[in-house]
Amino acid sequence: MIELKNISKNFGKLNVLNNISLQFNKGECIALIGPNGCGKTTLIKSILGMVLPNSGEILFNNQNILNSVEYRKNIGYMPQIGRYPENMSIGQVIDTIRQIRMHETASDEELMEQFKLPSLFDKKMHTLSGGTTQKVSATIAFLFNPDVLILDEPTAGLDPLASEILKEKIIREKEKGKLILITSHLLSELDDLITHIIYMQDGTVVFHKHINDIKRETGEERISRSIAQILRKQAV
Amino acid sequence: MNKIVKFILLDILKNKIVVLYTLLLAVFSWSAFGMEDNSTKGILTLLNLILLTVPLIAILFSTIYIYNSSEFIELLLSQPIKRKKIWSSMFVGLITSFILAFTIGAGIPLLIYAPTNVGLMMFAIGIIISAVFVSLAFLSSILTRDKAKGIGIAVLLWMYFALLFDALVLFLTFQFGDYPIEKMMVGITATSPIDLARIMVLLHLDVSAMMGYTGAIFKDFFGTPLGLSIAFALLVLWIAIPYWISLRLFKTRDL
Repeated sequence: MIELKNISKNFGKLNVLNNISLQFNKGECIALIGPNGCGKTTLIKSILGMVLPNSGEILFNNQNILNSVEYRKNIGYMPQIGRYPENMSIGQVIDTIRQIRMHETASDEELMEQFKLPSLFDKKMHTLSGGTTQKVSATIAFLFNPDVLILDEPTAGLDPLASEILKEKIIREKEKGKLILITSHLLSELDDLITHIIYMQDGTVVFHKHINDIKRETGEERISRSIAQILRKQAV
Repeated sequence: MNKIVKFILLDILKNKIVVLYTLLLAVFSWSAFGMEDNSTKGILTLLNLILLTVPLIAILFSTIYIYNSSEFIELLLSQPIKRKKIWSSMFVGLITSFILAFTIGAGIPLLIYAPTNVGLMMFAIGIIISAVFVSLAFLSSILTRDKAKGIGIAVLLWMYFALLFDALVLFLTFQFGDYPIEKMMVGITATSPIDLARIMVLLHLDVSAMMGYTGAIFKDFFGTPLGLSIAFALLVLWIAIPYWISLRLFKTRDL
């Protein structure tokens, strides 16, 4: 569904992405993990067309995304830090995004209801806590029933209850056959969510494996432990 | 109206600083006209106040607003919208709100106390100057990622056009006073939107007779319909070019 071919990106002298080739398919739930500054967010932003790679190409349903905007109809994006125009209310932000995506009628308000956002619709964005802002971001990402969901640190800042609601929502969407890309530092959170893991370091992909393969190779039941084991082996 | 423009406009109009700016303009204008019995004096007082404050507020507020919108711009970019549309909507939204603020604050008293050619000229100049400095704000905020640097560039641009430029012109006049530089002065004036605006209003007041020989040259050039059109065209270029450069940069910008 999404194919990256030899993507490289550098900011000045810093090589952020180094000749990365990856393929993501329907029904997969992929965790992008790696240390800070390894290029996870840059990779995601390249797929969204926010960062323009220096070389290589990205195909979405076999179409090159360069100079195209239509493909983003099929993507829901939840940013790591959401910040919205201060004086607008939650309702106005959601309405505007809805109007921008006018042509899409099917809207998925499940998350909005579960987060109890409608009761906060009149609240101004600058009065919201970080967690509530994240809830708005999540709602917008899922609102248009997109085929692909890109979530950058989705559970950071959410309270345990909200984070559980979001996780369950992600699982339901995965079962509908959607492609989900998640970046996270918290491996323990990902346990019952993901099907694949991509580990990145210094702008390169160290490995891209199915979760069962990883568990079998390491003999561990929990993802966090198996990853730790792999990394320990590499260090030696 | 475009959805994004409407959204940005609503957000800005609710902003306390913009409300305060409108009130400030209103206080300036009403008192300038209220205290002078003759509307020419009122316009002169107002001209100097407007040419100092309007550019400053327009460029500073817009620069800060663009930086603060960076995450919202990212969110818009993740929707199926072209970059050009996002950037132009921001531009139209900011310009429209400054035009509204100026119209409500200074436009109404101008039209009431000085419904003459000069009054209308002042009104037009205020609107154009607002747009020029919003456009310069787009340029200064795209030149660097760092908010503090961007605001620094904005302040420097304002300082150059509002203060330093005049000092520079004065210096040139003193240094080359023995040479026939009057015609050259017309050309130099075109390189500062604020001075262009000031001369356009002054020439419509009778005080231009007091500006001596240079004033006469200015009157010969900017006083004619052709000169006036050229001056307006130059001001429009001052709006278009900085914005156009910023749009070019924004299209290939990594966010």
